[in-house]
Amino acid sequence: MALELPENVVISKLDALASWCRKNSLWPMPFATACCGIELMATGASKHDLARFGAEVFRFSPRQCDLMIVAGRVVMKMLPVLQRIWSQMHEPKWCISMGACASTGGVFDTYSVVQGIDRFLPVDMYVPGCPPRPEQLIQSIIDLQDKIQREGTISGREFTTAARQQPKRALVEVAAASQLDSARNPVF
Amino acid sequence: MPMASPGTITALTAKFPLVIKSEFRGETRVVLPVEQLLEIMGFLKGELGFDYLVDITCVDYLNYRDARDRFGLVYLLSNISANERLTARVYLNEPNLTVPSVVPLWEGANWLEREVYDMFGIVFDGHPDLRRILCPEEFTAYPLRKDYPMQGRGERHNFMRLGRDET
Repeated sequence: MALELPENVVISKLDALASWCRKNSLWPMPFATACCGIELMATGASKHDLARFGAEVFRFSPRQCDLMIVAGRVVMKMLPVLQRIWSQMHEPKWCISMGACASTGGVFDTYSVVQGIDRFLPVDMYVPGCPPRPEQLIQSIIDLQDKIQREGTISGREFTTAARQQPKRALVEVAAASQLDSARNPVF
Repeated sequence: MPMASPGTITALTAKFPLVIKSEFRGETRVVLPVEQLLEIMGFLKGELGFDYLVDITCVDYLNYRDARDRFGLVYLLSNISANERLTARVYLNEPNLTVPSVVPLWEGANWLEREVYDMFGIVFDGHPDLRRILCPEEFTAYPLRKDYPMQGRGERHNFMRLGRDET
């Protein structure tokens, strides 16, 4: 039985519709601690215009945001603050680790700098660079939108699926590297 | 950089003969005995007019060539009206890492001494509020000492891990 649909009717799943709404109105929470924050501001400013991708509403309150962009190095005194802000954000929420310092500690391999926020927080996207260009950050947001479209559901159960809990390939490499590091330096 | 005038140095060494004086590239440096530190500092401020304490910092001479003492505590003093500067040092060795605080003389020494305490573990006797200023309060090491490993002793990884479930 074939149904004749009018031209202005689209059939979709409710999940896909909700994900489509979500991905096009990301509200970023700027956690900018260093020079990456300048590029983050440039991304939101007129030249690069993050508004084209529906993510221009930067809010400094975690309760109003669903995308945390960690831009810059995080020291051990700052990490509890970062975790608290992440906990204050409502589901569904995503995290972009922007730049070498947030992702790996960068050149700051010292006692006080956390060697990658993904040791303590779930991270969805990593942006390489020192600091990354605004184009790179925009590309990561576009990729994150694809991810939200693929994985998002209206019930929020995407956060408990087995696939989501699997460590990312980069995280596996980090774990292997830290094992190497601990073999070299037992107090690590 | 204006140096201390000869009259200032003469007055200081005449009153305190144990003070050692040296110069390098226009900078006058005096080494003070730690027993007389507070007395000399009071003299420098009260009689010689060094009314401004620019900075207090410390040097760890562990494994340093020809060094005889472990720590060198450095006071940078300035006489604003006469435009003079003076660098005063005190050498310290373990286990006696206690010096009298100069907060009664210069109120601004409060945070400077807290920083030296935080980074080097020098204890300032008589300080009104000797807590850590840069590191977290539960931190136990003194990170700018030369025997502290640069990558720490695991402090940067002692945190709870938040996953997707803990929100």
